Amino acid sequence: MTAALLGWSILVAQLFLGLGMGCAAFRLMRGPRAQDRVLGLDTMYVNATMLLLTFGIRTGSTHYFEAALVIALLGFVATAALAKFLMRGEVIE
Amino acid sequence: MSRWRTIVVPAAGLLAIWLLLQGSLSPGSVILGAILATGAAWVLMALDPPASSFRRPRAALGLAARVAVEVVRSNWAVAGIILGRGRRPRTSGFVRISLDMRAPYGLAALACIITATPGTVWVEYDSSENSMLLHVLDLIDGEEWVRIIKERYEAPLMEIFE
Amino acid sequence: MNPAADIPLWVAVPTALLLLLGAGLALVGSLGLLRLGSFYERIHAPTLGTTLGIASVLAASMLYFSALQTRPVLHEILIGIFMVVTTPVTLMLLARAALYRDRTEGSRDVPLPSPPPQRPGTDASAPDSVIVQSGAEKGRQGL
Repeated sequence: MTAALLGWSILVAQLFLGLGMGCAAFRLMRGPRAQDRVLGLDTMYVNATMLLLTFGIRTGSTHYFEAALVIALLGFVATAALAKFLMRGEVIE
Repeated sequence: MSRWRTIVVPAAGLLAIWLLLQGSLSPGSVILGAILATGAAWVLMALDPPASSFRRPRAALGLAARVAVEVVRSNWAVAGIILGRGRRPRTSGFVRISLDMRAPYGLAALACIITATPGTVWVEYDSSENSMLLHVLDLIDGEEWVRIIKERYEAPLMEIFE
Repeated sequence: MNPAADIPLWVAVPTALLLLLGAGLALVGSLGLLRLGSFYERIHAPTLGTTLGIASVLAASMLYFSALQTRPVLHEILIGIFMVVTTPVTLMLLARAALYRDRTEGSRDVPLPSPPPQRPGTDASAPDSVIVQSGAEKGRQGL
């Protein structure tokens, strides 16, 4: 009973997050401007972090936590660097 | 006193992060974490961060609670806007607000609070005028936003940081 | 072998609800990227996922693993702290970059760098704030 409840809710949550990533990917591809693409990428990173956490709950393994942490860190660095690039045209000055 | 605080506060934070990552409170990880955290905090001192005057932890807790409530409330509001509830015409726009606060940490905290709340984004800060540019998703009355920001957030932050 | 089999019901129900709430908010935020009209409106959408959304998922994960391992598992707080600190920074950087790009292109939908310069003597009657509605400012010159 509890296993079925958890299994179904995890499945629905993962579907939601996958759909969300799809929306973000659409914004990433369509633009129209570079800042929209970066915003889409940032949203994809956040959704991927949550998706990894739900995978962790599904498998009962804490290894996914580390992966989620790394994705969150990378997302911040990537978005900050891209925003800097949009502003100046260079990342390293 | 302030020199002592600039080492101990970051070191305690780093130690807490270390222990959370380790997931244990065994003496070995506490000692190793304490050594690493003190070393890292000492290296951070080389950056010479500007001194903060953080006072009134109680007011800070009250503000944090109010921000948490506000974040939950505006989550629902923004979700409603995105899903298209309440079919009234909605305008979004910029509001420029002149601030009274000058403390750098207070301004940083204000920027983070405003941006973390769904529906409002801190766009720009003008240091010569000491004014900020706010973008609001559902802008009905700009003057009301000026009042909300100044009363709800700026006044307690000035109390804490100045 | 499903690890969820030996989780008590009073843990499973809040875990499931928190997961659905968090994932739902993330989905609504991502839908906002599609539905809202301009960049400055869209930048509000992901904050749904990065505040309450990820907080719910992290709470679900903490609850579930604490019950599974019968000891408090708190390391998810780290992702929470990290998100709280970084999300405003990235969004502010992006908003500023977008504003800068729009200004250099002379867009009329964004306000100018600072209020118009004040003549000496008018300081006392200077308004406390200047409201600029997007799209309402016609005839203003770009940079």
